[in-house]
Amino acid sequence: MPQTQPAVQLEHISRHYQMGETRVRAVDDVSLSIASGEYLALLGSSGSGKSTLLNLMAGLDRPTSGAILANGRSLAELSPLELARYRRDTIGMIFQSFNLLPRMTLEENIELPLRLAEVDRSERPGRVREALERVRLTHRVGHRPAELSGGEQQRVAIARALVNRPKILLADEPTGNLDSATGETILALLRELQAHLGMTIVMVTHERPLAERYADRLATMGDGKLLSLSTSTQGAVQ
Amino acid sequence: MKPQDLTDLALRNLREAILRNALTTLGVAVGVASLVAMLSLGVGLQELASKRLSQSGLFDTILVTPKNNFRMGRPQREVVSDTPARALDENARHELEKLPNVLEVYPQVRFYTEVRFSNKPYSTVVAGMPESSQNSGAFDGMQGHFFTSPNADEAILQIEFAKDLSTNPASLIGQDLILRYAERQALPTAASDGSSDGGDNSGGFSVVPKELHLKIIGIVETEPAAGYGGVGNARLLIPLATASTLRAAQVNDLRDIVRGSNANKAVYGSLSVRAKKPSQVESLEAAIKNLGFNAFSLLDASKSLRTFFSVFDLLLGIFGSLALAVATLGIVNTLVMAILERRREIGVLKALGAAESDVQQLFFVEAGVMGILGGIFGVGFGWMLGRAISFGTNVYLKRQNLNPIELSSVPWWLVILALVFAVVVSLLAGLYPASRAAKLNPVDALRYE
Repeated sequence: MPQTQPAVQLEHISRHYQMGETRVRAVDDVSLSIASGEYLALLGSSGSGKSTLLNLMAGLDRPTSGAILANGRSLAELSPLELARYRRDTIGMIFQSFNLLPRMTLEENIELPLRLAEVDRSERPGRVREALERVRLTHRVGHRPAELSGGEQQRVAIARALVNRPKILLADEPTGNLDSATGETILALLRELQAHLGMTIVMVTHERPLAERYADRLATMGDGKLLSLSTSTQGAVQ
Repeated sequence: MKPQDLTDLALRNLREAILRNALTTLGVAVGVASLVAMLSLGVGLQELASKRLSQSGLFDTILVTPKNNFRMGRPQREVVSDTPARALDENARHELEKLPNVLEVYPQVRFYTEVRFSNKPYSTVVAGMPESSQNSGAFDGMQGHFFTSPNADEAILQIEFAKDLSTNPASLIGQDLILRYAERQALPTAASDGSSDGGDNSGGFSVVPKELHLKIIGIVETEPAAGYGGVGNARLLIPLATASTLRAAQVNDLRDIVRGSNANKAVYGSLSVRAKKPSQVESLEAAIKNLGFNAFSLLDASKSLRTFFSVFDLLLGIFGSLALAVATLGIVNTLVMAILERRREIGVLKALGAAESDVQQLFFVEAGVMGILGGIFGVGFGWMLGRAISFGTNVYLKRQNLNPIELSSVPWWLVILALVFAVVVSLLAGLYPASRAAKLNPVDALRYE
């Protein structure tokens, strides 16, 4: 594990919601440091707060209290526009349900972050091709997501997350909609990208065996709290 | 996002719900069409009225009379001064002709007399028509034709007078009638010139009955400039030069005798001065008053007419805009629906790094595109609607034996105004949906199924 400045530093993070009369503590006083280039798995049952924590790291949500530092910068100090730029340039996200835009071809889906980043039109095809090669999906680029298998769709989603060359990849249950064999190839792919590109990966999952096999560290959450933090021996070996 | 990418994405989104967006755009088009059709009718009517009025000479003509004249049987309210008023003679006519922006100066020859037709007497007012009156709208669509020469012995009858003469007015054309009038003849003992100094009262004349045979060559609906500047509507029109040579006794002649004018010297009861443009009438009127004459024009009436049309256009515009207002609600509805449908997509865009402004602009462009397309189609529809109304009106007019008119007019400024209005209104309609889409919470949006 590299010993540089943490990619993400969570300091006493809480995220509370008001639901009618009751106050829901989705994340409750979590402190966690994720090193640059680390592959961290966030484990926990449904409603344990792991997805909320991921959204906070992505800058999609703001904490009720506490500070999030990404590459040394506090997200609380960023304006909505700067937060959008942070998501665009620093973060790549993949989801359980892939979240590809159904009416766009694979190529157009992957090109979308480049449009948002105002990358020159002439530069885009090369960048899209490069991202597709990384996920080993260079055929069927003119197809629409519905014409692809789940595993292929997740590869496209990963390519879309990679195309802006982010430093941090946040994955929310990336294998949740896939059969176990396909899920495993996706995790292997993430591991490979982390190794090759030196990216930091934070992956939310509830499949402990898979996480143990591929992640460097496992953080287990329950009722919004960080219950345990352990190093995965298998993940470190691979 | 770059404008090209923004437009590309917006068009893609619009294509995705093609039926709904096409219907919304059609709504905008109908709104713009109603606005364009209404305003084109307003503009068309205004142009028609202005054209007719400028042709009729009502708004570019100034009636000049001596300051001591009687008009419509009423003496004018002014202080009678010791010095006699300036006579409206040949010198005065030349002076008037030399004023700037004067198109022509012609006398008002108009007298009450008797006409014999089929050995029956008819009383009527005869008016001399200058050559320029041929261009007035009143002679458009007349039966027969205009005078063949400026001093022809020809007559044009006003339709009501023609009906008095015959049950079949059209059959009158080509027939002769006899004009009986009183000619002024100077008394042989009349003194020489210099009568206007008030010292010599010898300028009398005798009145001799005369007859003139006139050929009826046409029948007209109304007299041009009817009821303006004379003693009632003329029902028998003859060329001005012909009328002038008659030296028929006129209403003011007796008064001129009393005041000491010389009957042998041409003195006009009134002169009509035509300005080159209606807008020059005001300054010309002032210049004529400076020369020492009375001047009268319908300038105020023309101003009221312009005010009337401005208000008329405004009202038409407001009614026309109502449909467009309804159409904007259609845009709001369509875009709000689109937000609900594309909620998850908006969440994905935000997760990928789209700023609020990106999402906002996307919806704005979609509203703007619907506005532009609706505007373009609307101007086309509006133009066609105006033409259709014009066509329908002309079919009706033709059935009524009336002349066709150009009822609707779509000037270039109306096209630009309609397009700009459509886009601005659409963008305003997009304001609420765009800001609502931009403010969507990405976490909720991503969770939305």
